[in-house]
Amino acid sequence: MLNIALPKGRLGEKVYALFEEAGFECPSIKENNRKLIFENPEKGVRYFWVKPSDVSIYVERGAADIGVCGKDILTEYAPDVYELFDFKTGICRMAVAAPKGFYDDGQTTLRVATKFVRSAKAFYASKGRDIDVIKLNGSIEIAPILGLSDVIVDIVETGTTLKENNLEVIEEIFPISARLIANKASFKFKTQAIEGLLAKLREEI
Amino acid sequence: MDKAFKQETIALELCNLFGKYGYLPYKMSKFEEYDLYAKYKEFLGNTRIVTFTDVDGKLLALKPDITLSIVKNDADGGAKRKVYYKENVYRVSKNSGGFKELLQAGVECIGDLDLYDVYETVYLAAASLALVSKNFVLDISHLGVLSAVMEEAKGKEGFEKAALRAVSEKNMHGLKEVCKEYGAQEEKLLALVQAYGSPKQVLSQIQPLCQSERAKAAFDDLKALCGLLENTEYADNIRLDFSVVNSGKYYDDILFKGFIDGVGEGVLSGGRYDKLLNRMGKKSGAIGFAVYLDLLESLTKTQSANDVDVLVLYGEDTPVQSIADEVDRQVKSGNTVSAQKTKNGVRYKKIVDLQGGEIC
Repeated sequence: MLNIALPKGRLGEKVYALFEEAGFECPSIKENNRKLIFENPEKGVRYFWVKPSDVSIYVERGAADIGVCGKDILTEYAPDVYELFDFKTGICRMAVAAPKGFYDDGQTTLRVATKFVRSAKAFYASKGRDIDVIKLNGSIEIAPILGLSDVIVDIVETGTTLKENNLEVIEEIFPISARLIANKASFKFKTQAIEGLLAKLREEI
Repeated sequence: MDKAFKQETIALELCNLFGKYGYLPYKMSKFEEYDLYAKYKEFLGNTRIVTFTDVDGKLLALKPDITLSIVKNDADGGAKRKVYYKENVYRVSKNSGGFKELLQAGVECIGDLDLYDVYETVYLAAASLALVSKNFVLDISHLGVLSAVMEEAKGKEGFEKAALRAVSEKNMHGLKEVCKEYGAQEEKLLALVQAYGSPKQVLSQIQPLCQSERAKAAFDDLKALCGLLENTEYADNIRLDFSVVNSGKYYDDILFKGFIDGVGEGVLSGGRYDKLLNRMGKKSGAIGFAVYLDLLESLTKTQSANDVDVLVLYGEDTPVQSIADEVDRQVKSGNTVSAQKTKNGVRYKKIVDLQGGEIC
């Protein structure tokens, strides 16, 4: 039985559809109830929904054998897992955004508001820029508007939210998409099951 | 069995095993001069170290690692030195961020090494895993093969470092991107990292990839080792996996990592680290491994239903002699027993009430 951690929300549903097409369906998942774990013993899969940022934790510790997780989370937390496949879905990018017309003259410490502290630090460290990181948990876009920060580092998909708040992307950091990750130990003991699933997914995408 | 005791039992069994193969116990102090770790920082990865000042003002550290302390005082020449240890190390836990005390047991073999020593160490690693569970996998890699293939890929400066991360993640799409970014040839490297499985199968898969002299030599090393391991009782548990990597600054030869079914991360890790000794100005070679005993705690999941077999309940008036006699009788008949004045908070199978006779 393969334990698969899926991220709750739109991305998870999209990816589940891909698993379904690859022949690893689990009809009970579509019943509208509050259950969190769904099993299809015939196909040897057990799915469960967890918070997207927790998927890597479930997989790293082996509670899930494999899971689906955005590259943003993998870069931020650097879990010790295998990254086996790029779903090429849920595509967006990690970027620096600032109020329109902002120019970084490099003369003062740059104040950066973000949920992704490590990614932001690593990016500016690679450029040798001194920054003050302000960790926020949501609504990052209002930080520069209220003068809390100069710029933000956040996930940008279409850019609509930025536009509505009079912000624009000034630099791109790295592209993001959904990835299939696997626990290193599980991969050793369930090699056939995981490689079988991987081959089907590769065929499909 | 109690979880903590189970860990101790495995530790003792391991020491017993190491002793049989001529490894001598090595007992050391918990402290080490901090300078040693500052000098060979990358050997430890990014581990943070607990430091404090000794009475004479010297900066000391609580040991984050055993290997460095063992090899630093080693003299070249003479017989091979074979030691084993069972020690606590102090490292930052990745999850909680605080310092943790971790129990490790392992061996180091230092001296003029040959194929036999490598074989013996890898065999002992497999035997160690088998002590814990029959359901184990020992992954073996050869950094010589990997780095020769990487060298041939001819990437721009910084390629190897960037590629190594993707290799350790078996991240094929990431590796392709890195190759593209650094202008390296990807075919051979991808084929090497993708190969995973029994030594026989993987060796035949990767032989055509090993054409340079360096790669050929490393391949022959690996083949000879696998040939020997094939004749052991652990042949089916051994796999080749080139995603097992470590800092090329200290390792350039055999590397291995052990997994137990039911534990989410590798419980054994080892390899040949001649380069560390070279950096210390010695000619000897060295190979060793450590078993992370703290990780085995999660294996014993069954909770015992009782704390003791028998609870001996006594009151204020019960003569002490009769309590002592009853406890003695129970212990001699093979039961675990606890004498208490109350039955609250103790889980027991049977109760002996000295206030009013025996109740089952």
